[in-house]
Amino acid sequence: MNGPFAFTLALGDDALVAAQRLAEWTTRAPEMEEDIALANIALDQLGAARLLLSYAGELEGAGRDEDALAFLRDDREFRNCLLVELPNDDFAVTMAKLLVLSAYQVPLYTALADCPDERLAAIGGKARKESAYHLDHAALWVKRLGDGTEESHRRMQAGVDQIWPYADELFAAWPEAPVDPATLRSDFDHTVSAVLAEATLTVPEVGWTPVGGRDGVHTEHLSYLLAEMQVLHRAHPGARW
Amino acid sequence: MYGNDFPGEDPPGGLLGEVEAAEAALRAAAERGRGAIEPSEDLAAYFAEVVAADQKIEPRDWMPEAYRRTLIRQIAQHAHSEIIGMQPEGNWISRAPSLKRKAILLAKVQDEAGHGLYLYAAAETLGVSRDELVDLLLSGRQKYSSIFNYPTLSWADVGAIGWLVDGAAIVNQVPLCRCSYGPYARAMIRVCKEESFHQRQGYEILHTLAHGTPAQKAMAQESVDRWWYPSLAMFGPPDGDSTHSAQSMAWKIKRFSNDELRQRFVDMCVGQAEVLGLRIPDPELRWNEERQAYDFTQPDYDELMRVIKGNGPCNRQRMEHRRRAHSEGAWVREAAAAYAAKRAEKEKVAA
Repeated sequence: MNGPFAFTLALGDDALVAAQRLAEWTTRAPEMEEDIALANIALDQLGAARLLLSYAGELEGAGRDEDALAFLRDDREFRNCLLVELPNDDFAVTMAKLLVLSAYQVPLYTALADCPDERLAAIGGKARKESAYHLDHAALWVKRLGDGTEESHRRMQAGVDQIWPYADELFAAWPEAPVDPATLRSDFDHTVSAVLAEATLTVPEVGWTPVGGRDGVHTEHLSYLLAEMQVLHRAHPGARW
Repeated sequence: MYGNDFPGEDPPGGLLGEVEAAEAALRAAAERGRGAIEPSEDLAAYFAEVVAADQKIEPRDWMPEAYRRTLIRQIAQHAHSEIIGMQPEGNWISRAPSLKRKAILLAKVQDEAGHGLYLYAAAETLGVSRDELVDLLLSGRQKYSSIFNYPTLSWADVGAIGWLVDGAAIVNQVPLCRCSYGPYARAMIRVCKEESFHQRQGYEILHTLAHGTPAQKAMAQESVDRWWYPSLAMFGPPDGDSTHSAQSMAWKIKRFSNDELRQRFVDMCVGQAEVLGLRIPDPELRWNEERQAYDFTQPDYDELMRVIKGNGPCNRQRMEHRRRAHSEGAWVREAAAAYAAKRAEKEKVAA
């Protein structure tokens, strides 16, 4: 795969799979306000996914649009990071995931907004504002849960411990990409360590750092997620909706 | 905005004009000012005069206790319906067949949560807390609309809910834009505008399906077949059996009877179904020249009563889902409260 196509596809897949997971919270959130917030964030991610996948389809030049890319690829062809496909689990795990994702997407989209590719720059310019809101929301909840009750502190630390190993993959070097994710690591570390400190949480020591998403080698979870997401589209080949 | 790129026209018989007229009337009433009687003289007479003059009762005003109770019940049940109503449609978010449809549906369900919050806030102006109302819902002492106890079995159901269920809701709610209680009337104006948008989106979904592949068209028809009568039943029991109607009409909470609204809905749907190319599943449906309205088969009111009493297809599932979300989220709400208390304490110490 050529550089810009693979990179755009990977970012689009990150956003699409994150949207699918966040939308699973709809009607299940701890309070009604949070139902709205999570649906809102899911909608932002989905919006970014549509822009990125549409552009990826154009870069590829094989006539695939956003729906062909979303609904007619198998899990081995998806390029999202493992982090976003992990199950939602409890609210603390979801917030740990959202903190990591948004603390990565903010500097990513910010850098993208200045890249020479005009289309990617425009997408980055739009998405970074949304990501800043997502980061704020996640950081607030990580602090509330970390510095809330004993129970919430325990759960939040467990959530962070569970999610942390998956952060490494986000920053794997990709020198030929429009933005090399490796250059975003220090910004990310700075953001999340400040949030965790204020939340009275400990930064986990990580020995195991799973990768594979960017090469289409995923966890066991993605195939189920895609089976559900794609079932109707695949059942009616060529139909318009 | 989502869904505005549909090439067709608005569904015929749209009621948005009536909402806008109600909004204009509301403003005009506010400019006219209240009647001559001073509020301190005779509270009941003042209340009656405000209602008679089509002015709005506001939270600060005296009101009959039964008026307050009726409004609390009605607004709360309306709010509960928005919240429970997220479930049948939410059921299809993960499987929506295109990314555009997924985005539209997600935005719609989000709107419903917003309507729920808005309505709870309107109910709170009557001196009841949202937590109390949520308890009444979760304990089964207050109801929500019977329609949400039916399952969404195909993607077309998302369209049918938009067209028929939101359509029925709008027909029911447009007159409430002129209701005598100010906060409720204002909530209804806002809600109706968005609902009208949702109805259009549902209509679009069905239109696309009905003009798609044979399998899609069959899916659309099968869905309309299942949702038609439950939608008619949304207007409640026939006028003869409706317990709250007379008093509510006298107070100008309700402006039309159940049967009048149901007739209006049927008359509106017939033309829309023709444009969609879908059949309304009622062999007795025909134009009555004398009445200048459609004759139609009444829904099965015994079924309606069974569903209202808790024995519809999804009553248990919907309530269980809501209760589980509430109980599984308890630790999160407790954490938020504990965190807020700690922050307040720190600020006090710092000050």
